[in-house]
Amino acid sequence: MLDQPTNERRLTIARAMAEAMQQEMQRDPSVFVMGEDIAGFGGIFGNTRGLFEEFGKERVRDTPISETGFISAAVGAAMDGMRPVVELMFVDFFGVCFDAIYNQMAKNTYFAGANASVPMVLMTSTGGGYSDAGQHSQCLYGTFAHLPGMKVVSPSNAYDAKGLMTAAIRDDNPVVYMYHKGLQGMGWLGTEAGATVNTPEEEYTVEIGKAKVVRKGTDVTLVGLAMGVHNALKAADKLAEDGISAEVVDLVSLVPLDRETVINSVAKTGRLIVVDEDYHSYGVSGEIIASVTEHDISKLKASPARVTFPDVPIPYARNMEQFCLPNPDKIIDAYRKM
Amino acid sequence: MQPTKEQLLWMYENMVVSRRFEEAVEKAYLEGKAPAFNMANGPIPGEMHLSNGQEPVAVGVCAHLDANDIVTATHRPHHQAIAKGVDLKKMAAEIFGKSTGLSGGRGGHMHLIDPAVNFSCSGIIGESCGPACGAALSRKMQNKPGVAVAFLGEGAANQGAFHEALNLAGAWDLPVVFVIEDNSWGISVPKSEATAVARNDVRAAGYDMPGHYIPGNDPYAIFDIAGEAIARARDGKGPTLIEVETYRLAGHFMGDAEQYRPEGEKDALFAKDPIPKMRERLLADGHAAKDLDELETRAEARVTEAITFARDSAYAPDTDALTAVFV
Repeated sequence: MLDQPTNERRLTIARAMAEAMQQEMQRDPSVFVMGEDIAGFGGIFGNTRGLFEEFGKERVRDTPISETGFISAAVGAAMDGMRPVVELMFVDFFGVCFDAIYNQMAKNTYFAGANASVPMVLMTSTGGGYSDAGQHSQCLYGTFAHLPGMKVVSPSNAYDAKGLMTAAIRDDNPVVYMYHKGLQGMGWLGTEAGATVNTPEEEYTVEIGKAKVVRKGTDVTLVGLAMGVHNALKAADKLAEDGISAEVVDLVSLVPLDRETVINSVAKTGRLIVVDEDYHSYGVSGEIIASVTEHDISKLKASPARVTFPDVPIPYARNMEQFCLPNPDKIIDAYRKM
Repeated sequence: MQPTKEQLLWMYENMVVSRRFEEAVEKAYLEGKAPAFNMANGPIPGEMHLSNGQEPVAVGVCAHLDANDIVTATHRPHHQAIAKGVDLKKMAAEIFGKSTGLSGGRGGHMHLIDPAVNFSCSGIIGESCGPACGAALSRKMQNKPGVAVAFLGEGAANQGAFHEALNLAGAWDLPVVFVIEDNSWGISVPKSEATAVARNDVRAAGYDMPGHYIPGNDPYAIFDIAGEAIARARDGKGPTLIEVETYRLAGHFMGDAEQYRPEGEKDALFAKDPIPKMRERLLADGHAAKDLDELETRAEARVTEAITFARDSAYAPDTDALTAVFV
């Protein structure tokens, strides 16, 4: 694992994901990719670009719009010696195929007493902010992370995106790989510049289940993942102008959840704000806060806060959606109210 | 079944309204998106799926429906909504995200719901089928008149929801008609590579209902076959599956470079544009050019009025985002 990128090769998350898949496909003939529009089109969000040209239609398979069919098929193939990487185009579409995911992919290892494994990756796009409304903008982190039996990761930058994809493909367990559309580096969706970072050409892994302190601080801990990390970093910059030192923790993985890194940070700062683009209730933000408070509530100098999406479907109109989304100002407000 | 003169002119006018509407939406959609195309910008943000070329299906089917009948539609719903009689001004305002829109700007173009004319749609592929069955069942249980029509794309015919709904409709003899708009592309994947059968009408046999395939994007033939299917449903004789060959003259969504299309395919489709074709046929059948010109002018005026209404309307207050989750 390389912690410090040494070259100056900046990739988007889309390219980093594709490169990880390319290298793993070169290394391991059991790896193949399937999903809707992932072959010639290169993935709606660019993350399989170039794979079809290099590996052909046997290993880079466009599927019918039949998510139950092809995700279940991935489960069967994974249990029979293959390592499928399968794409659910928008995480919002999980509704048509969740049985394949949470009743099969996530449980078969347990039902086999760990005598069988399901080494597959389910990659899926998350997030809004570009007015794609209520069936194409959700995050649903908590929905997936709640259900046991599948690892869940979500990168905030291209370096992690590549290393997590490589780790996910090599993992003998099912991994749900959630990539945020707004970080993807696709110009037509707008993009967060901070997600495009130096990314080594050689293969490497980023450990699944390990959070990262991406900015050190002493006054407050801001915890987020994917887009939430960038909102937290921007808020930290602004808070620093007022002499407030914010530490930012990038969760990187939701399952396994690295509670220790969060707890250690809060032990130092005494204040906790969780930033989560997923719905407010019953989700990641509640889990993080519960993990900290049940560990040692005396470390907290103030009640913890969360900056999340309110419990409403994602509205279409730009003003309403932006009103609901987390942003740096809301994080700063949350800090001021502590 | 042959259309009356009034029905023919209604069909043609609604096709023209639909096309002019899509052209106006396209123009507004592109505002604020140059030089860099970013979906998030402009007066109409987000994804936009235009229905150019698929108008004959909507009018050929909806000519047999009234406001009491139910239509469940797709992520590409504008032509279907227009033919079903959804208020054009409220629909335009919704697409612009304004407070005067069908949902006050909460839903957007893939989520148009107009209870006044029993129209709804969903952005999830294949999800029109089940609700149509349920609406048809509801009419049966309440002993109320009305049939349900589910529109879907040919790609959706590979979804479990489609097959489950067809089985339900067949098993329960529901007054529902499933209409597949076969534009031969599921985003970039051709029907021939995604579907085990060349034509989806054959799948009707598996659910004990009649199946029809209509080639040529022909509004007259669609009117004929759909009319028989809808009459059959009204008579309590059960469901029908119809697949219509149609043309997607636009990309899957605005911004789609369509590099997956074989060279020349788009030109060939434009040469078969159903609107000028229908005009030619109407003229050949003795309709006066002046009448058609007037009709087109009227259609244009309706669209202009709707778009102006949308542009002039206000955005809802931000906090409206938090309301309407429950009644």
